[in-house]
Amino acid sequence: MTETNLDGPAAAPPGLTRRQIYEAQIRRRSLRVAATSTVLVLLALIVLIPLAPGWEGVKKSFFNADVFARTFPGLLEAFLLDVAIFAWSAPLIFLLGLLIALCRDARSPALYPLRLFGILYTDIFRGVPVILVIYLIGFGIPGLGLPRPWNSPYIWGTVALVLTYAAYVAEVLRSGIESIHQSQRAAAASLGLSHSDTMRFVVLPQAIRRVVPANMNLFIALQKDVALLSFIGPVEIFRQAGVYKSLLANFTPYVGAALIFLAVTIPATRYADYLMNKQARARS
Amino acid sequence: MKRSFTRTASSALVLLLSAGLAAAGGHCAAGKTLTEDTLTIATGNPAYYPWVMDDAPESKAGFEAAVAYAVANRMGFEDAQVTWVRSSFDQAIQPGAKDFDFNLQQFSITEEREEIVDFSLPYYSAAMAVITRQPVVDGGAEATLASLKGLLWGAHASTTAVPMLADVVQPDADPLLYGDNADVVEAMKANQIDAALMDLPTALFTAAVLMDDGVVLGQFPPERSQNPDQFGLLMEEGNPLKECVDAALAELTEDGTLAAIEAEWLAEATGVPVIE
Amino acid sequence: MAKLELQSVTKCFGDNVVCRGIDLRIDEGEMVCLIGASGSGKSTLLRCMNLLEPVDDGVILLDDIDIAEPGFDPQPVRQRIGIVFQSFNLFPHMTAVENVMLAPRRVHNRSREALLPEVTELFTRFGLADRMQHYPDQLSGGQQQRVAIVRALAMKPEIMLFDEITSALDPELVGEVLDVLRTLREAGMTMVLATHEMGFARELADKVCFLDNGVILEEGPPEQLFSNPKQERTRSFLARVL
Ligand SMILES: Nc1ncnc2c1ncn2[C@@H]1O[C@H](COP(=O)(O)OP(=O)(O)O)[C@@H](O)[C@H]1O
Ligand SMILES: [Mg+2]
Repeated sequence: MTETNLDGPAAAPPGLTRRQIYEAQIRRRSLRVAATSTVLVLLALIVLIPLAPGWEGVKKSFFNADVFARTFPGLLEAFLLDVAIFAWSAPLIFLLGLLIALCRDARSPALYPLRLFGILYTDIFRGVPVILVIYLIGFGIPGLGLPRPWNSPYIWGTVALVLTYAAYVAEVLRSGIESIHQSQRAAAASLGLSHSDTMRFVVLPQAIRRVVPANMNLFIALQKDVALLSFIGPVEIFRQAGVYKSLLANFTPYVGAALIFLAVTIPATRYADYLMNKQARARS
Repeated sequence: MKRSFTRTASSALVLLLSAGLAAAGGHCAAGKTLTEDTLTIATGNPAYYPWVMDDAPESKAGFEAAVAYAVANRMGFEDAQVTWVRSSFDQAIQPGAKDFDFNLQQFSITEEREEIVDFSLPYYSAAMAVITRQPVVDGGAEATLASLKGLLWGAHASTTAVPMLADVVQPDADPLLYGDNADVVEAMKANQIDAALMDLPTALFTAAVLMDDGVVLGQFPPERSQNPDQFGLLMEEGNPLKECVDAALAELTEDGTLAAIEAEWLAEATGVPVIE
Repeated sequence: MAKLELQSVTKCFGDNVVCRGIDLRIDEGEMVCLIGASGSGKSTLLRCMNLLEPVDDGVILLDDIDIAEPGFDPQPVRQRIGIVFQSFNLFPHMTAVENVMLAPRRVHNRSREALLPEVTELFTRFGLADRMQHYPDQLSGGQQQRVAIVRALAMKPEIMLFDEITSALDPELVGEVLDVLRTLREAGMTMVLATHEMGFARELADKVCFLDNGVILEEGPPEQLFSNPKQERTRSFLARVL
């Protein structure tokens, strides 16, 4: 607070600079504009959509309050399975992805086979649709004659998800590793640190942090792809919604399932964006 | 709702018609068949047991062969006036002219198909059946609810098998559900599930053809399914013969002939015990 | 006996021959300065000395052992010859003290507790006692460069290489870093500097080498090289920078 401010407009609350007051005004004005336009758009949607000729039918089969109320608790319960599958897959994906990324980063010629393996791995598993991998591994490997419980679709479905997503995570991590400037490795080497220590203490901690937002986006996609495990048996939310649909000849359960997914993925997406912005700001 | 109303209405109509036709004898079909004084019937190529025994419908052996001759006789055709042709499933449901008067090979009556072809009244309501593998049977699984409860179950997610499992079997472990029956079979082969619930004809076919060690362990009578699969004779869209066929079927149902044929061929051929 | 002796050291990057048969002798406790235009090969020469860059040809004797032999394990050499870079190259995700302790912990297998007294001593000696827990981006350039020096010293090297360590600093921060070098010089550290600080080189160096296009064109005691250069190219270089 400077002396000159005391001579300023009487409205100035104590403790604010002229710049702060000005910015607060601008903020209030843009807030008003945004709120008004949002309300107008919403009003238009609420008024106009019901005027469409097919609205009654759509409402009955997609936005049926009765059906929603009847099926929502069951959907929520089924969603717990999605969450569980996600929870045990994500760490495995990260570990395998890290391993593959390190294979691809292997520099010495003696380790070329590892590198080739890393390249083939990422090419293959990024090139095949997840659902195919789930079918092939989820039915194929247990079909070889594994005893229970080792033939469980939960295990092999998870393996399929882990194998596929690890390929994506590996690529993200590799880009992170490559983004760490050569001078960091040189500094570590000049101190006499070994290759593995350089990777472990200098390169990886920076690389992993740098690609957190990209990985968050992958894990948001994983949260949705967990539903694909339903193709080999587990009754998670997507399958449960399908069962309700067949029973009630009504699509509202799918809307319910979508809402549950959104409730999880929107905050996660926002958070990833927030991290990404924060990093962009830190780097500039 | 609407469908069952039309069906009730049409069967009432058929009953009225058949009362009139009974006196008229075989004249209903006169001039309506592909070939004068001959009834051309199609079945699958090959035709499977227990629907047709030994792929020889002329022998009248097998459920659908027997039904075909019963319908023919009731419409006024001698056995010798019946000729058989073969068709694939796809050929039968393709729109356009047909080379048969009617076709029977376990065609389920569905609204979508009704748009393209005509179906007769149903000649069979399929029961729900328990399909499993021989090792599971050897392991002690029986056709009793108590024994079934302890199995690991699977089903096609959008069939009435799902509510039936929950309401009737009430298994100890949550069932696994799949997008189609091929996946159900695959899961059974992978030993991820012990047993699955399907309609009986599908179960029979699956156990006999798709699996090496498939066993149909037992069946739940159709009265227990809310929306049973119903088979009908398939005809060209707008075939004038339909009213004669429907009349004959209505009579056969009425006087118990169909039930007798079913008892003879389906219960015997499959030996599928009823689960109570 | 020379502490470090280079004989016809040659280094190429592809077709670009950056060091063309360099001979250089550095004695124990000596301070040698490399001067020369940008791109003349000073950094490359320094990086060859501690095997950060593999040498293509020639001999480098460290205590009479040829370390330039292909296949020679560079890690022990780098532990004995420290280097500090123009751009500090601190590890940004670690505090100053973690930066300094990483290598001794991993390479010498010593615990943080065991290291702390001597590391604190180093920080204190270079006026950084209150900056130990700071992250690099919370430090000024001069402070970062001093931490980088401390980091190299913590490995107890026998020789220190400095690659234009003041070039990236604001002018008012150069002095504090040069003071560090002065302290080291007084403590008898064997040092090789690539530098543009001619005044400093003149004041403290035992020997100055003028590098031109990958060869040492002229070398000698600073008074002689600065006031009475023999080569025309040396003279014109000095005329430009002084
Ligand atoms: N890693 C490298 N790869 C290819 N060329 C390089 C590399 N490092 C340096 N050079 C080249 O070597 C020459 C000498 O560079 P440098 O040693 O950095 O000179 P100085 O430090 O005297 O400015 C330059 O032509 C530069 O382009
Ligand atoms: Mg340089």
